[in-house]
Amino acid sequence: MSDITKQSLSELVKNIKDKKLSSEEVTKAFIDRSEKSKELNAYITEDYSSALEKAKKFDQKPNLNLKLPGIPMAVKDLFCTKNILTTAGSKILNNFVPSYESTVTQNIWNEGAILLGKLNCDEFAMGSSNETSFFGNVQNPIDKNLVPGGSSGGSASAVAGQLTPITIGTDTGGSIRQPASFTGTVGLKPTYGSCSRYGIVAFASSLDQAGPMAQNVKDCALLQEIISSYDPKDSTSIDFKRNEYSKELTNNIKGKKIGIPKEYRVDGMPKEIEELWQKGIKYAKDCGAEIIDISLPNTSYALPTYYIVAPAEASSNLARYDGVKYGFRAKGENLIDMYEKTRSEGFGAEVQRRIMIGTYVLSSGYYDAYYLKAQKVRKLIKNDFDEAYNKVDAILTPSTPSSAFKIGEKKDDPVSMYLNDIFTVPVNLAGLPGISIPAGHDAKGYPLGLQIIGKAFDEQNILNIAYAMEEKINFKNKITDWWIK
Amino acid sequence: MSKNKSEYLINRKDNQYEVVIGLEVHAQVTSESKLFSSSSTKFGAEPNTQVSLVDAAFPGMLPVINEFCVKQAIKTGIGLNAKINKRSVFDRKNYFYADLPQGYQISQFKDPIVGEGKVILDMPNGQKEVGIERLHLEQDAGKSIHDLDPQNTFVDLNRSGVALMEIVSKPDLRSPDEVSAYIKKLRSIMRYLGTCDGNMQEGSLRADVNVSVRAKGSKEFGTRCEIKNVNSIKFMQMAIEYEANRQVDLIEEGKTIDQETRLFDTKKNETRSMRSKEDAHDYRYFPDPDLLPLEVSDEFVNELKKNIPELPDDKKKRFIDEFKLSPYEATILVSDIDTAKYFEEVVAKMGKNKDIKLAVNWITGELFAVLNNKNLEISQSPVSAKNLAILVNLIKNGTISGKIAKTVFELMMDGDKDPQKIVEEKGLKQQSDPKAIEALIDKIINDNREKAIEYKQGKEKLFGFFVGQAMKASGGKANPQLINEILKKKLQ
Repeated sequence: MSDITKQSLSELVKNIKDKKLSSEEVTKAFIDRSEKSKELNAYITEDYSSALEKAKKFDQKPNLNLKLPGIPMAVKDLFCTKNILTTAGSKILNNFVPSYESTVTQNIWNEGAILLGKLNCDEFAMGSSNETSFFGNVQNPIDKNLVPGGSSGGSASAVAGQLTPITIGTDTGGSIRQPASFTGTVGLKPTYGSCSRYGIVAFASSLDQAGPMAQNVKDCALLQEIISSYDPKDSTSIDFKRNEYSKELTNNIKGKKIGIPKEYRVDGMPKEIEELWQKGIKYAKDCGAEIIDISLPNTSYALPTYYIVAPAEASSNLARYDGVKYGFRAKGENLIDMYEKTRSEGFGAEVQRRIMIGTYVLSSGYYDAYYLKAQKVRKLIKNDFDEAYNKVDAILTPSTPSSAFKIGEKKDDPVSMYLNDIFTVPVNLAGLPGISIPAGHDAKGYPLGLQIIGKAFDEQNILNIAYAMEEKINFKNKITDWWIK
Repeated sequence: MSKNKSEYLINRKDNQYEVVIGLEVHAQVTSESKLFSSSSTKFGAEPNTQVSLVDAAFPGMLPVINEFCVKQAIKTGIGLNAKINKRSVFDRKNYFYADLPQGYQISQFKDPIVGEGKVILDMPNGQKEVGIERLHLEQDAGKSIHDLDPQNTFVDLNRSGVALMEIVSKPDLRSPDEVSAYIKKLRSIMRYLGTCDGNMQEGSLRADVNVSVRAKGSKEFGTRCEIKNVNSIKFMQMAIEYEANRQVDLIEEGKTIDQETRLFDTKKNETRSMRSKEDAHDYRYFPDPDLLPLEVSDEFVNELKKNIPELPDDKKKRFIDEFKLSPYEATILVSDIDTAKYFEEVVAKMGKNKDIKLAVNWITGELFAVLNNKNLEISQSPVSAKNLAILVNLIKNGTISGKIAKTVFELMMDGDKDPQKIVEEKGLKQQSDPKAIEALIDKIINDNREKAIEYKQGKEKLFGFFVGQAMKASGGKANPQLINEILKKKLQ
């Protein structure tokens, strides 16, 4: 079967369960394609031989009751994987091999999946283009020298390029939804507290959330039901009733009320984004949903609030990378000198920028004006959503203000780069679930995504809406395999 | 320097200065595991053997609050008559150091678990109330060891993450003696509660001491200096004495006192500047996003309240009421929970016809002397409460004299022997048969006729001689009261 890698997760699972494919065949197919796809630079660490061994072992005694029976899968290199190099895209962790496994990845292996390798990402998940990775840029399979988005750029590229049937990313301000949008794939940022943060290299603890990335909504739903679990090892994990999202998935969204927030119609938004949004509204109506205009008045404060809260937490979270215990250590004259050299050489420019911002906004004399104020605004943003959800079941917005841009295009303009997150950060600040689905192409033929935002713990609802709309949109990703010689 | 009965003042020429002291006590919570991880807290283990991935701050590791430590802090708050805050918040205190793996200490800054309370001190001139500002939970850091290698510093993370209670007093203390009494009282309360073992040698209890001085009668506070991390009561007292005098000298010289952090050099008996206010760390406190605010219900607190044991102040009151002890005796007996337990066991074992005063004298006299000499805690006493009770009863019912009792007590210490058996085996039972004593005395008077005549002629001092002779002849066993009575009769 030469087209194994073109199959969706659901097809692969079915074929393995029906014994039409072995885990080894599937694993080998994805390894072969990954080997031919080095130009995408999607992987930081490849674990192919071990993956093949595990696949063979699986085939000897296949447990077909599992949800991911012998399915190979690469994951973002922000998840700690036992005995496998875990770098977070940073030089400072370029020799770090954890002795433990993140809860989310453990949940995946428990369902029979097999690790293919670790996927590239922005350094410590700080970036929107995967250009801050110590391990180099990732190419978007859509077009040469196009960024895949970030920070889960390697993950998005690997799913879109069919180097892995599905994957997981993390989303602090849009790091799953924006790259999904840039690569024509589906990405879900779950409710804060849905997926355990245990074993995920922390960026901003109150915003970080792991989530699934897939080629379609159904695969995404299946992976979400696997990775979401209550975990006593994460104090912010929430014990709520989790659905079997894939089983309960339905395209019947008749009567669902979908809100359109006027504040998302931002200045300078390209016409084609507005058109996409209108198209989305039409599709939703076609599915039987009721469209309601709503207001999220504090939306314009979300981005500045995010760029205070996230760096503040990051500046503290990244203090542990000091060269003392693990990871990269530079030689120094004394302790302070060692710290300074280790952190100057070990962290890239964007990470250093955010540590500086975060340190500044937490400093005495500035704390009240920045961090405390930001926390108050964050509350207001959450209140906006609470208010809106009195009237609607979900909210529809564009995922990003533009399609993917060229590598290097925004590298030296951090503010323009940060603007990429304008539609996604409010969701993180409010702790809500959001999903990006591909909904069309721009004039250059690059994919564009729509975002559906749900109530807390209401993943099922936004998955259903996404599922219904996906059918209507009938999006086809234009992948030419340009990187395969 | 003058120390009148009630006031500790520093005198210079015409000026008298009062010393104002506030303490930040760091008390290690008695618990099996650390504040946010399941590592053991046992003291004295090999370096870095009690360190979890959380304690060493590995990537992606998250803190999970130890409920037992929360209970311990609340119990301590109840013991300090303090307000229990139903909602408290853990903050990060950010700074870099090699023995601080996270790069921040998880502590409580704005919203501590325990609010204002008070502690009563028994001072020689009466009781003194000391206000408690707050109590909060925080993590301990690891330990940097600088003297094992000429080039390198070694780090031991066994302590990293161990739960501490920081107990902050109001600036209500006025002398080194009050500081001593305060620390002892805190320790006593926590030991009663089982929330901190108070072991200062092992670092379970240490304090930052804030000292300022002001002219006697002034209501304004002077500029304070903080003496960091003092780990014995004696050193605290020495440090305060030195620091207060240093500050007074500065004022007398017309200089100002800089607000700063100082270290106490125990070898030179002086405090030294560590860092000035300007150099103070900016700790960038903010709520730890890995932990939700800590919320406790009324039921949770009430359940703990129900199980609070009798604390020293109440016990003292009861000892005075129930056993008719003097406040002084009661204070001594309740100051340490094990002493109080021992005393109460002795009382219980003495049965109906008991002499509590005598028991108190034996505990605070002979027993304390032995424990002191052998450097033992009362919990390690070589004489059990049960056997001490028997011994006191033997004295009370006249079986042995107080003097013989001391001999018996010596023998009891060898393996906690039953005093009754010792008395029987060694034939130490008191001679209380009047006829036998009379015979004995007759013989002595007969042997010392001249002295008997001298006595009768008025040389009364000789009575002691006859008592001594009678005692000696009985091998020390004769009932001294009987000897007295019979001698008096015979020598008339």
